[in-house]
Amino acid sequence: MRRFTLIAIPYFWLLVLFLVPFVIVLKISLSDVALARPPYTPQLDLSLGWEGLRTFFSGLDFENFVFLTTDDLYWKAYVSSLKIALVSTLLTLMVGYPIAYGMARAPNEWRPTLLMLVILPFWTSFLIRVYSWMGILANEGTLNTVLLWLGVIDTPLQIMNTNTAVYIGIVYTYLPFMVLPIYSALEKMDESLIEAAEDLGCSKLAAFWLVTWPLSRNGIIAGCFLVFIPAIGEFVIPSLLGGSGTLMIGKVLFEEFFSNRDWPVASAVAVILLLILIIPIILFQRNEQKAREAEG
Amino acid sequence: MAQTVFAPWKDRDQKPLIEFRNVTKRFGDFTAIDNLSLNIYEREFFALLGPSGCGKTTMMRMLAGFESVTEGHIWLGGQDIISVPPNKRPVNMMFQSYALFPHLSIWDNIAFGLRRESKDKEMIGERVEEMLRLTRLTKFAKRKPHQISGGQRQRVALARSLAKAPKLLLLDEPLGALDKKLREETQFELMDIQETTGTTFVIVTHDQEEAMTVASRIAVMDEGRLVQVDTPDVIYEAPNSVYVADFIGDVNLIPGTARLRPAEPEPPVAAPTLAKDPAPVAEAPAPATETTAPPPTAQADAPADARQPAPNERGEWIYKKVFARFLGQRDLATPQLPPPSPGELAAARKAEADAERANTPTPDAARAPAPAAKPHGTETKSGGILIDWAEGQPPIIVANGDTALDGKPVTLSIRPEKVTIDLEKPDRPNVLPGKVIDIAYLGNISTYHVELASGRMVKAQMVNARRLSNRHITWEDAVWIGFTETAGVVLEE
Ligand SMILES: Nc1ncnc2c1ncn2[C@@H]1O[C@H](COP(=O)(O)OP(=O)(O)OP(=O)(O)O)[C@@H](O)[C@H]1O
Ligand SMILES: [Mg+2]
Repeated sequence: MRRFTLIAIPYFWLLVLFLVPFVIVLKISLSDVALARPPYTPQLDLSLGWEGLRTFFSGLDFENFVFLTTDDLYWKAYVSSLKIALVSTLLTLMVGYPIAYGMARAPNEWRPTLLMLVILPFWTSFLIRVYSWMGILANEGTLNTVLLWLGVIDTPLQIMNTNTAVYIGIVYTYLPFMVLPIYSALEKMDESLIEAAEDLGCSKLAAFWLVTWPLSRNGIIAGCFLVFIPAIGEFVIPSLLGGSGTLMIGKVLFEEFFSNRDWPVASAVAVILLLILIIPIILFQRNEQKAREAEG
Repeated sequence: MAQTVFAPWKDRDQKPLIEFRNVTKRFGDFTAIDNLSLNIYEREFFALLGPSGCGKTTMMRMLAGFESVTEGHIWLGGQDIISVPPNKRPVNMMFQSYALFPHLSIWDNIAFGLRRESKDKEMIGERVEEMLRLTRLTKFAKRKPHQISGGQRQRVALARSLAKAPKLLLLDEPLGALDKKLREETQFELMDIQETTGTTFVIVTHDQEEAMTVASRIAVMDEGRLVQVDTPDVIYEAPNSVYVADFIGDVNLIPGTARLRPAEPEPPVAAPTLAKDPAPVAEAPAPATETTAPPPTAQADAPADARQPAPNERGEWIYKKVFARFLGQRDLATPQLPPPSPGELAAARKAEADAERANTPTPDAARAPAPAAKPHGTETKSGGILIDWAEGQPPIIVANGDTALDGKPVTLSIRPEKVTIDLEKPDRPNVLPGKVIDIAYLGNISTYHVELASGRMVKAQMVNARRLSNRHITWEDAVWIGFTETAGVVLEE
């Protein structure tokens, strides 16, 4: 009985926090726009009993999903989001791996401090941090001022409102999610494995590729998913740092929802996004499971 | 006999495989290895033994190339290797933690080093199979390291380090994780493998029994220095210091002061037969000694003369023969004596000592057996030294003691198994009365802790070969412990 209660609590939270909202969004995506409040029909009216339920279900259809295929804005936004998420995941890996490696090889007494530094940005509001990047990347921003002063450039670099700014923003924001799992994988690794590899004839580089890299693989995969999954639906970064040319599904969703007040279409966009994300999420879970089995 | 025994370290022409030349290793201002020189020869099974933190692992890591050398040089097969990186050295190491690659199968683990040599696949396959057979792991080839037992993992580590057929194999506490039975089995396996492959092994161990079992030579280390490097039997039987004696096995350490042992109190009738040695023994008063009169021949094979610093004696002799004529007599004790013998000097000193003792007669002097009482079978070797170890106790006779130690503080080290314990006073050169305080029964042997009259504890060990026919010795029994005049080793402080 007690075991059952223990298991029931997380499932209850999952139900309340994930499944119920999802069902609501799914329902809206199957509805039609209406000038009403809330702005869609049909509404479920339980006072009419079975009759109400039947009229409610007959009012639902897949119209909005069909609409998404007719306008190429939507699939272009999906593809562009996937591309931006993929590229920024790779960039984050390239920046994050050396950081994690350095941390794992640092003297023991430094490690807590280094970990703190990685987590430190979470202590300030995400929005404020993105705003400060606007200050850094703007034409008259810190970066251009410094580069101009150094004489590296003579006209300011146009970084703000481009995809570059979006990449910088995503890499910066999600870096801890990449660093932490890789660090934990590398930290667990016995350093004598590297020595054993060298002892058996590996150069330092070969030892890295044949031992360190494969042993940090689970950390890398976990980190990549932790960056990739939220980056696809990212909204704040592309809308604040990106320009008109930056097409991301999060931005489209926001506009449908708030500018067009077309909740049903916005919900359909969200449902599709979720379906797209389910694949990497399942892969991620598989990887975690395998990692646990290999350890146990 | 010398031809069949493997002892390259005795052969001056033999080139060592490994040569440490004045190697020093410092970590910051801490000296881990202190100006150490050592030769290790091909096909040796060399053990490094010492307490924790004495620098054993550091030595290994310098050989493997993971630790730089602060000062000095290490030569391997005629090549100075201090600047050779680990992957270029013909050395493989079996790590204490095994360091098996967790992401690779047992097969791939063993093949790892071979693949780096870009050998062709078939040769690698053959070699891996051979290693698997040698370590009896064929069944487990496809498993991952976490799917096999600790003992099997240890064998994988061994197979992996042997696969490349290194000139030198380093084993850092290879058997530490195994239980006693498996460890013993594996020790013999290791020796077998070492013999069949002809590889030179250097092994680090905490376990002195293990070192004694497997090693051709043992180096006992202390704080980055070598204290003694010798074969296991020499280390055990003739440790060169209190430290080594105490570190290896169980030992009784009896501190005292050395003094020259008087020449044998020879019966007056025997003296004339010794044409060569008209030693002044007849004049020498010899009442207070436990030794018996040896037959004349005993003097001839006495080792004492060999141990005495030869130049001094010869110098003495030359002085007397040649220079004394011009410079006058120097030796006041034996002014008139023509060709002096090695025993002479000792006799003179003994006379002195006895005179001294006569002034302060001790109770045990009276107890000493009469010289003539000894039967012929238990003759006591002559020469060597006496050790005064406690007030009012007879000195301990050490025939193999270096006479140069005269007057110096020394420690007698004697193994418990060389000390006998009896209820009746036995007929042995050294006999001391005591009381049994404790008995440790270990099945095959028993160790008796005996308190001597001086309060000193001595351990005596007896093999429980059969049920004792004489009375069983038990707690609080008054007993006699005994040992021969050559059972112990005299160690200088
Ligand atoms: N990297 C290092 N930095 C500083 N000191 C070190 C380092 N490695 C070893 N030492 C010191 O050098 C000394 C010798 O160490 P080493 O590991 O060789 O000991 P050991 O004889 O193998 O001991 P054990 O039997 O416990 O393994 C120790 O006092 C140790 O603290
Ligand atoms: Mg060690």
